[in-house]
Amino acid sequence: MGGVHPHDNKISRECAIEQLPIAPSVFLSVAQHIGAPSVPCVAVGDKVKVGQVIAQPGGFVGAFIHSSVSGTVKSIAPRADLAGRASTHIEIAVEGDEWLEGIDTSNTLITTIPDDPKAIIDKIRLGGVVGLGGATFPTHVKLSPPPGSQCERVIINGCECEPYLTSDYRVLLEKGEEVVVGAALLQKAMGGVPCTIAIEENKPEAIAHINEVIAKLGYKDMEVMVMKMMYPQGGEKQLIDAVMHRQVGSGALPISVGAVVQNVGTALAVYDAVQKNKPIVDNTVTVTGQCFPKQANLLVRVGTPLQYIIDYLGGIPADAAKIISGGPMMGRAVANLQAATVKGTGALLFLTEAQTKRAPETNCIRCGKCADACPMGLEPFLLNKLSKNADWDACEANAAQDCIECGCCLYSCPAHIPLLDNIRVGKGFVLSAIRARAAAAKAAAEAAKK
Amino acid sequence: MLDVVIALLPAVICSFVFYGWREIMVMGVSVASCVLLEWAITKYMLKQPSTIGDLSAVITGILLALNLPYTTPWWVVVIGAVVAIGVAKMTFGGLGQNIWNPALVGRVFLLVSFPTYMTTWSAPQGLFGLDAVTSATPLGAVQEGLLQGATIQEIMSAGDYSYSKMLFANLGGSAGEFCVIFLLLGFVYLCIRKVIKPWITLSIFGTVALTSLIFWGIDPSRFTDPLFNLLSGGLVMGACFMATDYVTSPMSVKGGIIFGVGIGFLTMMIRYFGSYPEGMSFAILIMNSVVPLLNMWFKQKKFGRN
Repeated sequence: MGGVHPHDNKISRECAIEQLPIAPSVFLSVAQHIGAPSVPCVAVGDKVKVGQVIAQPGGFVGAFIHSSVSGTVKSIAPRADLAGRASTHIEIAVEGDEWLEGIDTSNTLITTIPDDPKAIIDKIRLGGVVGLGGATFPTHVKLSPPPGSQCERVIINGCECEPYLTSDYRVLLEKGEEVVVGAALLQKAMGGVPCTIAIEENKPEAIAHINEVIAKLGYKDMEVMVMKMMYPQGGEKQLIDAVMHRQVGSGALPISVGAVVQNVGTALAVYDAVQKNKPIVDNTVTVTGQCFPKQANLLVRVGTPLQYIIDYLGGIPADAAKIISGGPMMGRAVANLQAATVKGTGALLFLTEAQTKRAPETNCIRCGKCADACPMGLEPFLLNKLSKNADWDACEANAAQDCIECGCCLYSCPAHIPLLDNIRVGKGFVLSAIRARAAAAKAAAEAAKK
Repeated sequence: MLDVVIALLPAVICSFVFYGWREIMVMGVSVASCVLLEWAITKYMLKQPSTIGDLSAVITGILLALNLPYTTPWWVVVIGAVVAIGVAKMTFGGLGQNIWNPALVGRVFLLVSFPTYMTTWSAPQGLFGLDAVTSATPLGAVQEGLLQGATIQEIMSAGDYSYSKMLFANLGGSAGEFCVIFLLLGFVYLCIRKVIKPWITLSIFGTVALTSLIFWGIDPSRFTDPLFNLLSGGLVMGACFMATDYVTSPMSVKGGIIFGVGIGFLTMMIRYFGSYPEGMSFAILIMNSVVPLLNMWFKQKKFGRN
């Protein structure tokens, strides 16, 4: 259902992952995952090593944050993030590169899978692993199904359907063994369920390589599934539908249909956390764009300021008009180059004015292309109108809350109407209304108990 | 929109070649008055930025001209344009807001108001051609003949309406009725360019073929055959270029198929049992009115909902 076919523009696909030198200072946000912000557990002036916990989870849906460098804690203060919003950051001045004892930094592949699923999940939690596909949802929470639900299949998302992005592709090629072991660990954690590694057909080298690795390592019930090239094939709900032919309901979680989806980068992080005791301290970031002279896939320490990455690659090109964190379809514009990377930063994309300029909006001609393109089966033209009229009840009745903000509607609109921009407003109001109702119902239920 | 103009070009050029200078005049007056009118209305009445750049008025002008006999006086063409753009399009708020296909509203208005001009057909007088010969359209001849008690076979042999003649544009009628092969060419272009989806057009063709097959099978002396019905009148014109208008057709595939079936069936009912020889315009306008309902009833299924 739906979807669009933008040119994939994977111009950095041949660039091997390269280690970015460590920045003089890093800034680690305490709110770089979905859920409660973490609580700092170091003080200004403390010496820290790479991999040392510097912030504790703020709740069950939360994550540990580890120092990505060794050095001295300089400050714990609010600082602007990518979008310019302030959140608490822990600043660490770098001194050397000393890792915490117990972390295995060698390249030796460890293929033995521990027996206890609980122990695996606990190590994932202690490793601060969050979903690296973009949503940064704490992985251990995803791996702990609520009572009554049962995981039937683990899906490793290697679609990377957004144009330009190549970090997952490079990880599949260069760290394929680790990803496959990570997938096996996730299988075990979910009780030995089958596992599908989904890769889009435009990455034949990765498909061949992962097939080889699976055959070599010999894990059971694990297969590569070649996915049709379509945006948003890698959307969680779309992927589950394509792999398992099951549709996750409105507002429901993948586990409700027996699926657990983890991104390729997350599978690698799971491997590191469980087999190597190595928490997330770095991740692969694609730096690309037609106007950017040096394409790269960089292994970046979490908390590295964007300016440092860009300077390393030769600075901002003169004709760059916009920098996007993430892909061109769903990424967010970067408002602040002093902002630091977070665990979920997957790409920095440079676009020229010609690439970003929007054509003037004209009348909707009811062609229905947006409805055809919507992978959620919504009617963007209608939601656009309802949103502009501030009719939130009608927005909810027409499922604005189901919008996954993939941008297919906007991409396909011949009248250049900013559909997604307007729908996002309606979705925001609908979601807060749903949350308010849930809170009120909960309060009423508690009052009735008393 | 430019693609639609390109798709219409073969038919337009064909109409110029077959119908000569009068057709060029009709086309010129029609397009010019449609564009001028839209410009004037947006500028002086609505006081909004001009929308003529979107070329939709040009398309309305071309479609209106293709729907008129080439002998139509210029002032009748202007009245048609005023009704098409002024009444059917701009009163509803311009592009995207109109309920009915503007060019068809213009055409039907003229058909009802000036029946003499609209039904006086001449055999084509080419650019370098001979004198015009007044003759009835095939559908008109059938209607006329049946009233006089003749059988279809007698009418057909008397009028020499061969399928190849109908396909290759050398019979009387309005330009758009008899450039069938060129209209189909434009339709294929629009499908390849993914400007329109073929469902609506194909379901009209299918329904017309099926309906006429049934009636023709029952009584071939009273009812015309499927191929005749597909090639005559404005059927190809309407199915390819008027019924597929985004604004006035349903959005979903299912809605589009039902829309097409409705048009095909109504067209055949009017042709067989109505007092007008040709029913395509009326059928499309009637189904245009149902589009909001079809859009409401036949939405695509939302993901993960029942």
